Amino acid sequence: MSAPLPDTWVYPTKAGLYVEPADCYIDPPRAADRAIITHGHSDHARPGHAHVLATPETLAIMRLRLGNQAGTTQQASSYGVPIRVGDVTVTLVPAGHVLGSAQVVLDWRGCRVVVSGDYKRRPDPTCALFETIPCDCFVTEATFGLPVFRHPPDGHEIARLLHSLSLFPERVHLIGAYSLGKCQRLLALLRREGYEAPVYLHGALIQMTELYRTLGVELGPTLSVAGMARDALAGQIVIAPPSALNDLWSRRMTDPLIGMASGWMRVKQRAKARGVELPLVISDHADWDELVRTIEEVQAPEIWVTHGNEEALVRQASLLGRRARALSLVGYEDDEA
Amino acid sequence: MIRFAELLESLLFTPSRNGKLRLMIRYFQETPDPERGWALAALTGALSFPGAKPAQIRALVLGRVDAELFAWSYDFVGDLAETVSLIWPERPGANHVPDLTDIVDSLTTAPRGSIGGLIEAWLDALDATGRWALLKLMTGGMRIGVSARLAKTALAELGAVGVDQVEEVWHGLRPPYTELFHWLTGGGPQPDTGEQPVFVPLMLANPLEPDELVALNHSDYLAEWKWDGIRVQLSCRGGERRIYTRTGDEVSGAFPDLMAALPDGVILDGELLVGSFEAVAPFKDLQQRLNRKSVTARMRADYPEFVRLYDALWIKGEDLRPLPLTERRGRLEAWYRAQPRPRLDLSPIIEFADWETLSTLRDGARAQGIEGLMLKRRDAPYLAGRPKGPWFKWKRGALTLDCVLMYAQRGHGKRSSFYSDYTFGAWRDTELVPVGKAYSGFTDAELLLLDKWIRAHTTQKYGPVREVERGLVLEIAFDSVHRSTRHKSGLAMRFPRVHRIRWDKPADEADRVETLAAMMVG
Repeated sequence: MSAPLPDTWVYPTKAGLYVEPADCYIDPPRAADRAIITHGHSDHARPGHAHVLATPETLAIMRLRLGNQAGTTQQASSYGVPIRVGDVTVTLVPAGHVLGSAQVVLDWRGCRVVVSGDYKRRPDPTCALFETIPCDCFVTEATFGLPVFRHPPDGHEIARLLHSLSLFPERVHLIGAYSLGKCQRLLALLRREGYEAPVYLHGALIQMTELYRTLGVELGPTLSVAGMARDALAGQIVIAPPSALNDLWSRRMTDPLIGMASGWMRVKQRAKARGVELPLVISDHADWDELVRTIEEVQAPEIWVTHGNEEALVRQASLLGRRARALSLVGYEDDEA
Repeated sequence: MIRFAELLESLLFTPSRNGKLRLMIRYFQETPDPERGWALAALTGALSFPGAKPAQIRALVLGRVDAELFAWSYDFVGDLAETVSLIWPERPGANHVPDLTDIVDSLTTAPRGSIGGLIEAWLDALDATGRWALLKLMTGGMRIGVSARLAKTALAELGAVGVDQVEEVWHGLRPPYTELFHWLTGGGPQPDTGEQPVFVPLMLANPLEPDELVALNHSDYLAEWKWDGIRVQLSCRGGERRIYTRTGDEVSGAFPDLMAALPDGVILDGELLVGSFEAVAPFKDLQQRLNRKSVTARMRADYPEFVRLYDALWIKGEDLRPLPLTERRGRLEAWYRAQPRPRLDLSPIIEFADWETLSTLRDGARAQGIEGLMLKRRDAPYLAGRPKGPWFKWKRGALTLDCVLMYAQRGHGKRSSFYSDYTFGAWRDTELVPVGKAYSGFTDAELLLLDKWIRAHTTQKYGPVREVERGLVLEIAFDSVHRSTRHKSGLAMRFPRVHRIRWDKPADEADRVETLAAMMVG
């Protein structure tokens, strides 16, 4: 008997991407009976599921963010350990996106589908490196699914931040970064480039950073911005959620130099429009070259593209001779990637 | 080219004026001739390369990138130069990075057919920021927030001279401005521009404060109307003619009929107006003629331009600026009488016996085209800039209207966390109709209070805009009001600003649209 076609047993529904022989959803946008969660970002890890399967780190992140809404029963599954869910064998493998992030490898009757969740390919000191899993069908994200997005090396961007700090030692460098993943990665990258001074954190970033430490990630000294005198932060690095950059909160600082760590910063006029003076192209998502390379490496004849700029990546996959289509899944955001 | 690209990128991202000045000064200090001169030309819009067209750049990129992928990308980025710079597939190590001077030389001298190949090689050799700078340079329109005036200010600071001294030689110089940099950084003399039609920096007036008049002796001053157009300088020497705005930007191309009527051998100061000598049209008619790339026959007929002359700076080989005003005025009148010109007339001098008479005249001046009065000291020479004392502008009293705050928008730069741009309305029946927008007139302390009030009384958010409860009355001051088809109220205010915040006044006691309409002239 030949293996089943992927779309006969994994398909999008209004309630999310459904795996029929396992009777479960992957990253469902609404509360579901059974959910496999790829990572802790709020558009993937929603509250109120009855049963949640995820990596131990993702479950810890969900408990921190969602409290008693993090799943009635929680099943931890470590990277690389196959688990039976219904008739399907489910294996979580590293996606390289944020701490605990996983690709979901689904094996059923000789057909293998890999759902990538969000991923990136370059090394990140705060999470495990992406693993390439050959498969029959690869479900890829496409946040930066346009050939204009090529992220420079992280070290290059951190060097720009440190250079700015030496050029403008009188100004506090206020850097916008998403609270889960980006903030901690910035800290780790700064340490790797030899920056040893304490980094100041906005209140909304402190608990997650503490959790990373508890889970064994080295981030160096951090302090809270709360209670600091107006001019005491001159020449220091402050990390804050992007939404705080241009709001009341930032007024407590004198003449801050606004930076932002995001893949969107590659487009100059976008950075300019946000009032960013120091755009840092640092992303937790694959850039165009990584997306294309991954499609080639997984050797899947079938490519499904979810949230982001699907059209261009579908086009590129077709040019590479793959059967490609866009899965229109609703509910995923690409704001602060 | 790398240095130039870094300069452009830093200028784009640096919001503050002082920061931009620092960047430009450092670049001019560290960069040799002629490269810095070409950069200056690029910043001030003095370069154009007719051989390098957007269509050609598009064709080059489509030779390398799938057309559909390019289309999706262009759609997302929205700017051709930036899309191409980001999407261009790099071939590392293949080429020698060109410098700015090579690029300018090649674009100017290469035969048209070979330009494509040159551009392609440069795009391969540069990184994304270098490609972006190259494409911006070729296609013009930098969009980096640097005006020609700001670049000249940087030059002035670089050479520790006045910006007016830079202005005065500017239009007599050509890229790459080697003489200019020799003067500013190398101890050379100020370049001699001979009898070219340069821009001579204007003399500007200070507003007359209400209590200042008593201290002034009325017989020391000449009075004339302050015409409501745009101040221009007509610079006509050596057989060439130019029309400059008060900031030294050339606008000759927009006014062909005036250009045709200009004489030779003079530099004159006046007000550009539209309409006729007898009936000056309102400012909004003049606006139809401003900031246009091409001017149609219809526009020339509907809004004919002319210049009402205030002063003469140079006539037939003689610099008149050191002479007292009365002497210059005499020379201007004599010159004009000897040879009247179409599209030029003299701004009349107003006779008055004392300040009271003049004040009455000013209050009665509600005619089209008059903004108020100018008072000029009879014995004053023509001085560049805005010296305190010799010239006053005495605008007629502002009109005011009590309006209700309707929407507030976040400002820019230092104001980006404040709701500082206000849309306000007046009542029509029981409905509020927007009548204008204001961004100024309040103090920093008042801005804090306004911002706080807006955040506490928001009813809807639309991105950067908040709709607020109809609960705060702003007394708006404005210079005049005109009919407008662009606004729902059918009216447009000229230069509206917040005069007072009426924390005390209930919104339903604010003014009505009909009250505003009644303030219209003509």
